[in-house]
Amino acid sequence: MSSNSFAYNEQSAGGEATELGQEATSTISPSGAFGLFSSDLKKNEDLKQMLESNKDSAKLDAMKRIVGMIAKGKNASELFPAVVKNVASKNIEIKKLVYVYLVRYAEEQQDLALLSISTFQRALKDPNQLIRASALRVLSSIRVPIIVPIMMLAIKEASADLSPYVRKNAAHAIQKLYSLDPDQKEMLIEVIEKLLKDKSTLVAGSVVMAFEEVCPDRIDLIHKNYRKLCNLLVDVEEWGQVVIIHMLTRYARTQFVSPWKEGDGLEDNEKNFYESDDEQKEKADKRKAYAMDPDHRLLIRNTKPLLQSRNAAVVMAVAQLYWHIAPKSETGVISKSLVRLLRSNREVQYIVLQNIATMSIQRKGMFEPYLKSFYVRSTDPTMIKTLKLEILTNLANEANISTLLREFQTYVKSQDKQFAAATIQTIGRCATNISEVTDTCLNGLVCLLSNRDEIVVAESVVVIKKLLQMQPAQHGEIIKHMAKLLDSITVPVARASILWLIGENCERVPKIAPDVLRKTAKSFTSEDDLVKLQILNLGAKLYLTNSKQTKLLTQYILNLGKYDQNYDIRDRTRFIRQLIVPNEKSGALSKYAKKIFLAQKPAPLLESPFKDRDHFQLGTLSHTLNTKATGYLELSNWPEVAPDPSVRNVEVIELAKEWTPAGKAKKENSVKKFYSESEEEEDSSDSSSDSESGSGSESGELGESGEERDSSEDSSEDSSSGQDSESESESGVQSKRAAKKNSKPKGKSGCEDGEKENEKSKTSESSNAESSSIEESSSDSESESDSESEAESRRVAKVSTPVFVPMKSHVLLHRMSGKGLAASYYFPRQPCIFGDKMVSVQITLNNTTDQKIENIHIGEKKLPMGMQMHVFNPVDSLEPEGSITVSMGIDFCDSTQTASFQLCTKDDCFSVSIQPPVGELLLPVAMSEKDFKKEQGMLTGMNETSAIIVAAPQNFTPSVILQKVVNVANVGAVPSGQDNIQRFAAKTVHSGSLMLVTVELKEGSTAQLIINTEKTVIGSVLLRELKPVLSQG
Amino acid sequence: MIHSLFLINCSGDIFLEKHWKSVVSQSVCDYFFEAQEKAADVENVPPVISTPHHYLISIYRDKLFFVSVIQTEVPPLFVIEFLHRVADTFQDYFGECSEAAIKDNVVIVYELLEEMLDNGFPLATESNILKELIKPPTILRSVVNSITGSSNVGDTLPTGQLSNIPWRRAGVKYTNNEAYFDVVEEIDAIIDKSGSTVFAEIQGVIDACIKLSGMPDLSLSFMNPRLLDDVSFHPCIRFKRWESERVLSFIPPDGNFRLISYRVSSQNLVAIPVYVKHNISFKENSSCGRFDITIGPKQNMGKTIEGITVTVHMPKVVLNMNLTPTQGSYTFDPVTKVLTWDVGKITPQKLPSLKGLVNLQSGAPKPEENPSLNIQFKIQQLAISGLKVNRLDMYGEKYKPFKGVKYVTKAGKFQVRT
Repeated sequence: MSSNSFAYNEQSAGGEATELGQEATSTISPSGAFGLFSSDLKKNEDLKQMLESNKDSAKLDAMKRIVGMIAKGKNASELFPAVVKNVASKNIEIKKLVYVYLVRYAEEQQDLALLSISTFQRALKDPNQLIRASALRVLSSIRVPIIVPIMMLAIKEASADLSPYVRKNAAHAIQKLYSLDPDQKEMLIEVIEKLLKDKSTLVAGSVVMAFEEVCPDRIDLIHKNYRKLCNLLVDVEEWGQVVIIHMLTRYARTQFVSPWKEGDGLEDNEKNFYESDDEQKEKADKRKAYAMDPDHRLLIRNTKPLLQSRNAAVVMAVAQLYWHIAPKSETGVISKSLVRLLRSNREVQYIVLQNIATMSIQRKGMFEPYLKSFYVRSTDPTMIKTLKLEILTNLANEANISTLLREFQTYVKSQDKQFAAATIQTIGRCATNISEVTDTCLNGLVCLLSNRDEIVVAESVVVIKKLLQMQPAQHGEIIKHMAKLLDSITVPVARASILWLIGENCERVPKIAPDVLRKTAKSFTSEDDLVKLQILNLGAKLYLTNSKQTKLLTQYILNLGKYDQNYDIRDRTRFIRQLIVPNEKSGALSKYAKKIFLAQKPAPLLESPFKDRDHFQLGTLSHTLNTKATGYLELSNWPEVAPDPSVRNVEVIELAKEWTPAGKAKKENSVKKFYSESEEEEDSSDSSSDSESGSGSESGELGESGEERDSSEDSSEDSSSGQDSESESESGVQSKRAAKKNSKPKGKSGCEDGEKENEKSKTSESSNAESSSIEESSSDSESESDSESEAESRRVAKVSTPVFVPMKSHVLLHRMSGKGLAASYYFPRQPCIFGDKMVSVQITLNNTTDQKIENIHIGEKKLPMGMQMHVFNPVDSLEPEGSITVSMGIDFCDSTQTASFQLCTKDDCFSVSIQPPVGELLLPVAMSEKDFKKEQGMLTGMNETSAIIVAAPQNFTPSVILQKVVNVANVGAVPSGQDNIQRFAAKTVHSGSLMLVTVELKEGSTAQLIINTEKTVIGSVLLRELKPVLSQG
Repeated sequence: MIHSLFLINCSGDIFLEKHWKSVVSQSVCDYFFEAQEKAADVENVPPVISTPHHYLISIYRDKLFFVSVIQTEVPPLFVIEFLHRVADTFQDYFGECSEAAIKDNVVIVYELLEEMLDNGFPLATESNILKELIKPPTILRSVVNSITGSSNVGDTLPTGQLSNIPWRRAGVKYTNNEAYFDVVEEIDAIIDKSGSTVFAEIQGVIDACIKLSGMPDLSLSFMNPRLLDDVSFHPCIRFKRWESERVLSFIPPDGNFRLISYRVSSQNLVAIPVYVKHNISFKENSSCGRFDITIGPKQNMGKTIEGITVTVHMPKVVLNMNLTPTQGSYTFDPVTKVLTWDVGKITPQKLPSLKGLVNLQSGAPKPEENPSLNIQFKIQQLAISGLKVNRLDMYGEKYKPFKGVKYVTKAGKFQVRT
């Protein structure tokens, strides 16, 4: 050993010498042999001097040598003070090497490391993005707890940097800071949330990585970015792709319903093929009932090209995504790509084969066409060989078994004996799985018994034993043959197997068995423990069946066993003696000794070692190791009912600078319908999928909206022709489909919008909503509306979230009076972008003339005191038959006074006016029941107005009330603990005064409607409006 | 993700370590050495090893082990693929990925590793970007640096890092603009005793060497693109274009790179260019055996088969071999029991053969199975699948590049069972 380390020293010294040789100008040139003869201490002295010299080249030399020391794992920490001084060096290479040093040793020398911090803080402001980025990298890599606040600040700033490269580094820094101080989690999540919105492909992978590390359970942060991530995926760098795909797989499993139809788990392709027409039809019907969420489809479609990636990790990631979330019929595409990876290096092969092994257990069909790709080459490493063998076994069926057995014959002869033994086990498994070949295999294995190699013979014996055990038929010949082998074979397991087999069948070979016992009695003392136990068993069995011949022999063996060194054997001996040898003390059991020893034993099951691996996500470390690795994130089961799909809708505002009127009509309707009136109509009568396809294509950059539309149209057809699901819910008779759609919580978007307020209440609410949605699947409309109202409340977690009701469009200017220009307006119920006291109003202009209308703008305004208006940008020209939607904001000062103004074209001016319904002067707010009650308690007396409503009981189901109230006013539901009370909360747009609406159901189909608000005028108007609506049928 | 990296040579010395997070002691490698000992053969060291606190994921490349330390769940292929990328980068920078080369350039290696990973997550792995950040060592540069005091480290962010074509450097300039493509096909086959094909398929790659100025946009089309059954692409290739038109359209990286790799499905019959007649037998109860193999050309499409090498892993009981080749030369290593016969070219008039006696260990039972023959060969100017490049067009730049395509067919994993 000492000579070894000496050689190593010499080598390293040599390495340094060459390195120094390259630097021809090194001022102080230590001789090549220097390192060899001087002590470390002295050497470091020398380095210190070099670091303190004022020549960059000397410093650089010193740093290079220090880095060399670090690389070799030698301790260079005592140079810390000398090195740290150079952190501000102008020479970029010195600087970088100092960074390397700092990151390595800062943790050990925390105090000194602080000296360097100011340099980094300065560098963080450098105009050069590379310098900013590397300063952030080093700063965040210095694991010194004191600087956590500084790091936090730096990360926050960097996450808003103009350079995507710096932002990428910020994403990395998040993880570093989190591992240094997990208490920063909340703040870091905010940064993650911000960075997730980043549109740069450079950032995407890193921030998702940070997400996975810091807050993988905050799946709600992904909703808004889901479509963006899907669309960017192809352009993200390959490492990011892997991380994103894994994350999206998990996401998909929580957000979409299962695309796997019941009963087609295994090889549905094959089954379909042979199925009768009837069955197929039936299946087709079932299939129709399921429509894939367009977002689900988007993910599957956008990942497919990545199967062509050169990076094996990406291919594997896509493969596992398809395996876990794609419909079974589409999973087939991955097999080709996986088989391609088998050409790669051994490590990749190893992992890929493991995953194929797991897949091939469940779905043979997928890999059958590639059977020959798994044929073993004599040059493969053993671990690859055994994996290939495993897959071949899984793929074996009646059709290919004969080819496979021929192939196995070659393998059995392999020089790699470990592999040959594995092949024999494989043959055994094939023999049990495919009954046609059991006899062939058995014969083949018996032939192997005369093999010259002992390992092969031993393995064959063990496998034959298992096979015979499974087949109670007579195999006397084979047993006799094996009995003969006992003379030659020495492998303990095999000997034990033979003895056990003879004991089990001792009545079938009455002549041989006692003789075998005689022979083994002679060799008993020199046998392996395993064999000894079996000799005892054999003796016991023979004693019971053939005591005449074997009584003495058995007693001899029992005596030997009694004094054996192994206590297991002594125990067994004592046990057997008590049981079989009758004496006065023997208990009741000995009567049953024969039954005990010669009971019918269940045959062992020959199973794949990969059988239980499928509960791990494919492609993960845990799957490879078959144990749960630290930080493994379980893949959840498909939800029974999909959570609300509209949470993934992205407001177009960011792109179009224009508020889109949010969901009309159906409650699940959302964004979009912004471009044309006709589309709006379609949407309002259709189901959510349509609107999703719309927003999907809006956010999409790949222009695949056409296809998307197709699929979504399908789905809308499916959903009971998309008609009024509202009426369905009223009647309380709902198809499952409709129920599902109806209950989808709307615009959870609030959570994503970056407000921390209500953070806690939100999470609790969301868990509520989840639990209730599960409930809902079993019960009917009542519990459904529970989840609805809770979902509703989630939606209003933030004020900006729209409420989804049928849009009411009001005429602003009739085309007759407008000389062909028609205008209508509606309230999108979005917070206004022009001012937070304004109500946003969308105006749709239509040109019904046959000429262009030019320069449409707003002219003179006649507004009551205090009222303000933000006009839309003039429309240059409107084509004949054209229509355009513009948005404006009006501050109504919380009154229902009319805003009058002139709508002007190039030639004319028309006086028009907008009078807001009182319900539009509100914005929904999120509130817990407790808060609601507290607020209500403060708004009593003259701030409270109430009325009694009488209506038919079916109008008082919670969902109907919700629907009606929300139709009239832009309020948000408050989760309610009582079935008979529903609460809604909102605030007025201008003053922000609370507006609390309570509907309390009483006996005798009456209900009490209570409104609490400071704004008594609005309150009473609202009460007046609500009353008739609620009492209507 | 990736916590630390240890480089270990064949004799078990850890000669380089790099940590991206807190320092992990070298002793963690003991688990690796243990597994290595158990595996006996380097090829059999499991790539993923679980230890009480860490997971070790390793690759074996060029007689070196790259052992990475992982602490939490991560797709193992991610790490494996990355480690190979590191090895590729070393190869690219130093011409070889060997212990000596890494030790000689330890500073550059360290700078590279620093750039390639940040906190264990890959930061820059494209060679074009890395080369702008850290210049590869050349003798000329080290002389220039020592005179001018300039450094090997770039001080601005490589343009590629920010663009949506990260694989290409900006401002590339050549006086001779050239674009060369090598179509290399390998035949993977298993031939059984009787000479019939058990399994055969063609694996091909197109390697490109592009030295073009500016930002050329190339499109490469084939006469018969349908042949390509399964293709994997360099990220530069526009997938949509391939899907719709079967044309490879791309802005190439600068320098050498692998454009695509493809497989020609095994459904198509693969022409096997050589046949082997063999007669290997070991006599029962005697310490010798006969060895006789002859190689002949078959369906070689009029091209010469050259560079033939036959490698045989003889059974362990073989002590020595006494053979006479009619052509070429042979060696037998009595330690590893590997017989290598370097044949060279086949001339159809006189087929090369290797005949002689095998000496066995006396007393040992005769080998169960005859060894299989691994054959290497090369056929120039031929793509065995019949793939042909149709044309190469360049857009976006004015000059006329010099273009060239070369075809080669090789034996891949070509095995004859005897």
